[in-house]
Amino acid sequence: MDFDLPPETEEFRRVVRSFAEEVVRPVAEHYDARSEFPLEVVRQMGELGLFGLVLPERYGGADAEFITLCVAIEELARVDSSVAITLSAGVGLGAMPFLLFGSEDQKETWLPPMAAGEVLGAFGLTEASGGSDLSALRTVATRDGEEWVIDGSKAFITNAGTPLSKVVTVAAITGRSEGGKEMSSIAVAHGTPGFCVGREYRKLGWRASDTRELVFEGCRVPVTNLVGEQGSGYRNFLTILDGGRIAIGALAVGLAQGCLDESLRYARQRMAFGREIGAYQAVQFKLADMATKIAAARDQIYKAAWLRQQGRRYKAVASMAKLFASEVAMECAREAVQIHGGYGYIEEFPVARHFRDAKILEIGEGTSEVQRMLIARELGLPGAVPGS
Amino acid sequence: MPLNIAVCVKRVPDTAADKNLDPTDFTLRREPDESILNPVDEVAVEEALRLKEAHGGEVTVVTVGPEAALTKAARRALSMGCDKVVHLSDPVLHGSDAQAIAYALACVLRRGSYDLIVCGSESTDARTSLVPPALAEYLNLPGLFHARTVEVEGDRVRVQREADQGYDVIEGPLPAVVGINWGANEPRYPSFKGIQGAKNKPVESLTAADVGIESTRVGLAGSQSQVLGFAARSAERRRILVDNKDGNAHVKLADFLQEAKLI
Ligand SMILES: Cc1cc2nc3c(=O)[nH]c(=O)nc-3n(C[C@H](O)[C@H](O)[C@H](O)COP(=O)(O)OP(=O)(O)OC[C@H]3O[C@@H](n4cnc5c(N)ncnc54)[C@H](O)[C@@H]3O)c2cc1C
Repeated sequence: MDFDLPPETEEFRRVVRSFAEEVVRPVAEHYDARSEFPLEVVRQMGELGLFGLVLPERYGGADAEFITLCVAIEELARVDSSVAITLSAGVGLGAMPFLLFGSEDQKETWLPPMAAGEVLGAFGLTEASGGSDLSALRTVATRDGEEWVIDGSKAFITNAGTPLSKVVTVAAITGRSEGGKEMSSIAVAHGTPGFCVGREYRKLGWRASDTRELVFEGCRVPVTNLVGEQGSGYRNFLTILDGGRIAIGALAVGLAQGCLDESLRYARQRMAFGREIGAYQAVQFKLADMATKIAAARDQIYKAAWLRQQGRRYKAVASMAKLFASEVAMECAREAVQIHGGYGYIEEFPVARHFRDAKILEIGEGTSEVQRMLIARELGLPGAVPGS
Repeated sequence: MPLNIAVCVKRVPDTAADKNLDPTDFTLRREPDESILNPVDEVAVEEALRLKEAHGGEVTVVTVGPEAALTKAARRALSMGCDKVVHLSDPVLHGSDAQAIAYALACVLRRGSYDLIVCGSESTDARTSLVPPALAEYLNLPGLFHARTVEVEGDRVRVQREADQGYDVIEGPLPAVVGINWGANEPRYPSFKGIQGAKNKPVESLTAADVGIESTRVGLAGSQSQVLGFAARSAERRRILVDNKDGNAHVKLADFLQEAKLI
């Protein structure tokens, strides 16, 4: 039995923590307030090797274990969720489809610049008409000689419109099989005629993270742009999403920890009725509950990451961990604002931003309801539909 | 010409952690877990690495102190990209003052043939700034201190030496000792690859006897200066009223803050 993370991972945690404090914190509010993608910060994240952490060395990565990426995401999210999701999506949704299912050619084209943080990839699955229900997918790719012709649109796609965005892996219907629609993933490079990136959404949180609508109208790409086998889309999406869930969970743990750290500091210094508010049991119990739930969420996320690393079954644990961590994050953000009183509602304090950033964690990469459905199915209960 | 560079680094207590003096011998109580690479030495390491990147060659980390000097300070320098470590550790060195440490470092450095010896200008724990000049003296080498830039051309080194209101440009022949000031550069963060690679880089461990240190010249007894006592600086609250009779309170307030070096 061993609960310690590898010493290099702990050492790297300290590095990412100082990076987050020294490079990210001073500008987080600035980019959030302007809903601007923090290109300069992301460039430095690339220099630090964050985007290449879990990629193989032969593509310029560091061959680190998945847990190290989770720890990096956690430490960034403790300070700013927007840069944390930029990393999480860049690796988990941008690079992973190529790494896990791509051809050697695709890997050589996309992975080295992605590992260096010079190119961000995106994964276009969700459509405006429904994200939880994968079978509602409408985007179609039709074979025409040596080309796929793609028609349809995607909603809420992370990292699709930044100055570094160069490719999107698109989920599309490529035919019909006896089970229903046959789904595949196809890589579409930015600049391909017929592929249009829409305007930035105005969002409640994650404002410095890039989220776009994508439109495909008679968009032609070579057949070799198929990522993985034709018809393997559904299975592959689920694999991508399972890993993504753990990463989102790590992000949630980081956000919750950030809320606790801010609240602890504030509770020690803020005076009311002649004492620091941290001396009152009502505040202490909030902080104790936050610390307890964060510890439980963190252990569960690390366990899920460890199971994945061991090549063991991790699906149910990943769902439980993501569900729990995201709800803990929401709760901690709410309590952090409460402890900060009126100042918690003012944007100069990071907890207001954490509060806005927390909500998406219960929605993205599978809503809390979808996680409960998946867990119920793992429990052997009937009827629940599979979903993202 | 490839450069053979030595960079001297020290472990110091984490600047964020509380510092305590040992009341029995007035040395700093150092908790191994809270040690870090002296932040100014981190700037020196960065400067050494940039010189290596520009000229080729090798950077050797030299450190004196117990295990944590190796595991915290020197390892960090390796993670950043230095090539190897020479680590001097010996109980006889406990309590050495700055001059004794410079003597010990000189004994270590004499064994290599370095073109350039780079030090941070001060450590965040003792702040004497004595080691670099004393080291140059012991090694009988030119010393260029308080540098804000360092350039090597052929067999000469040129630095901009920080002065009160600007800087001087000074130059000397190699080999030389250079002291780097805080702020000369932004040290890089170690990458994960760097941290992993650091585990496999060579470490040479030496004792005082290995490098011919005379034990009477180091340690508490061998040091020429002794710390006799200590007192914490008391934080004092003062209230200053700036009157606004002539309507220029803002100017007076600004003057006051400027005099107090607060702005
Ligand atoms: C900022 C942001 C970034 C995103 N990034 C990406 C990205 O990079 N790539 C990508 O593909 N997608 C992305 N998404 C989309 C995200 O994954 C979806 O929003 C999410 O999966 C939910 O889908 P939906 O919005 O269509 O909600 P719906 O599926 O319409 O769900 C609406 C509500 O109904 C509930 N519900 C649905 N079905 C059931 C059921 N059977 N039983 C009970 N309740 C149910 C849901 O839980 C939810 O509460 C992003 C979204 C946001 C907001």
